[in-house]
Amino acid sequence: MSILANISLIAAENVPNDGVGSTSLHPILPPIGELIIGSLASIIVFSMIYKFAGPTMKKAMSDRTARIQKDLDDSAAAASAAEAEASNIRAAKGDIDAERSRLYADADTQAEALLVDGRIRIDAEMADLEARAEAELASAAGRSGDELRAEIARYSSGAIDNVVNGTLDDAAQQELIESFIARVGSSTGAAS
Amino acid sequence: MSDARIQGYARALFEIARAEGTLDEVEDELFRFARSYESSDELRNALTDDQVPADKRQAIVEDLLGGKATSTTAQLVSMVVGSGRARDLPAIVDQLVQRAAGSKELDVAEVRTAIALSNDQQARLKAALENATGKSISLKTVVDASVLGGVVATIGDTVIDDTVRTRIDQLKSRL
Repeated sequence: MSILANISLIAAENVPNDGVGSTSLHPILPPIGELIIGSLASIIVFSMIYKFAGPTMKKAMSDRTARIQKDLDDSAAAASAAEAEASNIRAAKGDIDAERSRLYADADTQAEALLVDGRIRIDAEMADLEARAEAELASAAGRSGDELRAEIARYSSGAIDNVVNGTLDDAAQQELIESFIARVGSSTGAAS
Repeated sequence: MSDARIQGYARALFEIARAEGTLDEVEDELFRFARSYESSDELRNALTDDQVPADKRQAIVEDLLGGKATSTTAQLVSMVVGSGRARDLPAIVDQLVQRAAGSKELDVAEVRTAIALSNDQQARLKAALENATGKSISLKTVVDASVLGGVVATIGDTVIDDTVRTRIDQLKSRL
């Protein structure tokens, strides 16, 4: 400032005074008197501003700093809460995944058990049906066989009676009697 | 009829026949009549029908046996029928035969054939049965068409069966 003022004063000494006022010959610097007055006025203004507005501005800056710090703290707290919430959500999501997996596993187990039971039941029913079918077939075959045997026996009995009655003439009767006498006579002490 | 009553009738018939001196003949005739009675439904019905008076039933006996059997046999059968014991006649006669054989220390052999045996066959069969059983035999023959052929002999609890009927029955049972 002082250097700049000295430079301005040196420059202002060369400015001609036309009687009305100082006319600066410098394209940038004003005349020296104006420069001095202006400088003093500026010093006064800045001093007053420093004295009267300085505390207010200092307080405002301090408040602003505190507000910004508070906002930062709030943001950090919110970030922590959000992180915690995110963790909870992730945990809950993990629980949901585990529950879903457990439900899927339970469903798979029950489905497998149902499938096994169903297969066993179907196998048993099939075996029962096959056994019944075989029994019925065997029974039918047995009935047919029995009926056939009975029919054959009936016809055979009739045929035997007819054949025997037709062949048992007197000679055959005598032969049977003589055969009996000979057979009994040949056995000794042991009748059957 | 109780066994005691049957035994009583058998003993009475036995004593009468023995007293008459015709035990063998009467025993044989009674045996044959009893078998005829068993095999003839008509005769059995006629002699056991309570609706028929006793004298009518006795007349039937006289008609059947008159001239074909001794008078003792006819009178004994008539007595049994007249007393209403015709149903027990076979059992009474069997007891009489057993008693008669026992009195002679013989065992009764009842032989059934489809045709009548000749005297020679009866003698040889009696000898064969005595040889087979080791007992003295009183042979009683019965003509029974149901045996069809062959012979079945029953001596006490022993049965020697070689009849066509039995063979056919065995064959039928196998069929």
